[in-house]
Amino acid sequence: MSEKFDVIVVGAGPAGTACAYTCAKNGLKVLQIERGEYPGSKNVMGGVLYRKQTEEIIPEFWKEAPLERPIIEQRFWMMDKESTVSFGYKGLEWGVEPYNNFTVLRAHFDQWFAKKGVEEGVLLINETVVTECIVEDGKVIGVRTDRPDGEIFADVVVLADGVNSLLAKQLGFHNELKPDQVALTAMEVINLPKDKINDRFNLQENQGCTIEIFGDSTKGNLGTAFIYTNKESINIGVGTTLSSMIKAKMKPYDLLDYLKTHPMVAPLLAGGESAEYLAHLIPEGGFHAVPKVAGNGVVVIGDAAQLVNAIHREGSNMAMASGKMAAEAVIQAKERNDYSESSLNSYREALYASFIMKDLEKYKDAAHLFENSPQYFKEYVPMLNQAMSKFFTVDGTPKKEKQKQIIKGFTSEKGTFGVMKDLYRAWKAVK
Amino acid sequence: MSTKTIEEKQYLIRFRADTKSHLTVLDHDICNTNCPDKLCTLFCPGEVYKWEGTRMQVGYEGCHECGSCRIGCPYENIKWEYPLGGHGIVFRLA
Repeated sequence: MSEKFDVIVVGAGPAGTACAYTCAKNGLKVLQIERGEYPGSKNVMGGVLYRKQTEEIIPEFWKEAPLERPIIEQRFWMMDKESTVSFGYKGLEWGVEPYNNFTVLRAHFDQWFAKKGVEEGVLLINETVVTECIVEDGKVIGVRTDRPDGEIFADVVVLADGVNSLLAKQLGFHNELKPDQVALTAMEVINLPKDKINDRFNLQENQGCTIEIFGDSTKGNLGTAFIYTNKESINIGVGTTLSSMIKAKMKPYDLLDYLKTHPMVAPLLAGGESAEYLAHLIPEGGFHAVPKVAGNGVVVIGDAAQLVNAIHREGSNMAMASGKMAAEAVIQAKERNDYSESSLNSYREALYASFIMKDLEKYKDAAHLFENSPQYFKEYVPMLNQAMSKFFTVDGTPKKEKQKQIIKGFTSEKGTFGVMKDLYRAWKAVK
Repeated sequence: MSTKTIEEKQYLIRFRADTKSHLTVLDHDICNTNCPDKLCTLFCPGEVYKWEGTRMQVGYEGCHECGSCRIGCPYENIKWEYPLGGHGIVFRLA
């Protein structure tokens, strides 16, 4: 296989396929290499796919893509051991075109998406690992694979090889990831009949609901849990930074079972049948962890470029958008016949001018603050629960007195100044 | 029924195991002498690593290919590669 391509895309997740699809649609000769048996077979996510960035690649994709449910309600739980404080938003406008986002099962969605690329002319090769980039005179000119005679050449290599991104590391674009830059997440798909899901989550027909759970869902460690409704199953998962997992000496599957049997969660799952168990890392290093994204003959997109907004659980949208931006840069580079770093830097510029890097920059200090200040999840969530319990329990105490007690409860341990400082720091990190 | 143990969880997954491990513990003595907690045996989501008194047993066949062991081993003592193309874990759903 010594044929030369315009572009080789490594990986067939949302980023890789968005890039391959866009390049092929614009007439480029594209090879896409996937290490799994089929696209999606190695890919894991909680399950939210965003309409906007997907539609920008395939208009009205919801008419044919294998989606689960349009999400019409997003709930947030601040959960303690036997209670939860919840808030959220439910809006019927999200249940009709053009929708806001959808739950998906990635093994299904990724296969469909990659097939769309193939229909545009992408040559997709599965079951092939790219072991390294071929570099000549400081320029990436192709890839080496684990197949016999597996060297293939191209003007540009697009690294969409996921969170571990061994290829970008080999090129020196980033150092090894650190345990506080990744979230280790374990999840299960649990089958439940459609009517049970609709009853339990207060949904009609194919309406979907997401719940993000903070606090006791991670036993107070830095992380979150989620429950997402599919057509006839539920995705339930929980993750913390790998560093928190290590520090607390937790087993990810034990934490998952703790969540599944939590009294606030168990009734939602009762009678369900486990269908699959999955574990994955989520890149959560944020703005500061984003590596070099463009070099001579090479660009990095999606999880490989650490493009995840952990605070808003956005990642698939950033993957899609970065893939499209990279494709546009490659198309321009071809017009100029210049694949140097300075030419491909138009991708970097587009990325930094977009919502992706703006959002990551907004939260650039958040992960660090929460990692180093365990009180937010460990102390304030239980305090909030106690406060709500006290305030809404009718026991003859005048409300004013209750408020006093609640404030005292918050400030007795840390002092008024300590609480104010924590609040200020949290606000500053997410403002 | 929803699963209760890691064995039940792992049983749900399809694996196309290679005959050769893609995970290598570089020096078992480091696990033995420097790492009293054997952290990988705790945080690995597939319970791939099991300490057997003097050496680390690596059940690579049940690996989720998440990368945690490579990043989380405090002694950088695990060589981590992808399994041969088409091998390893095969997710069917999410």
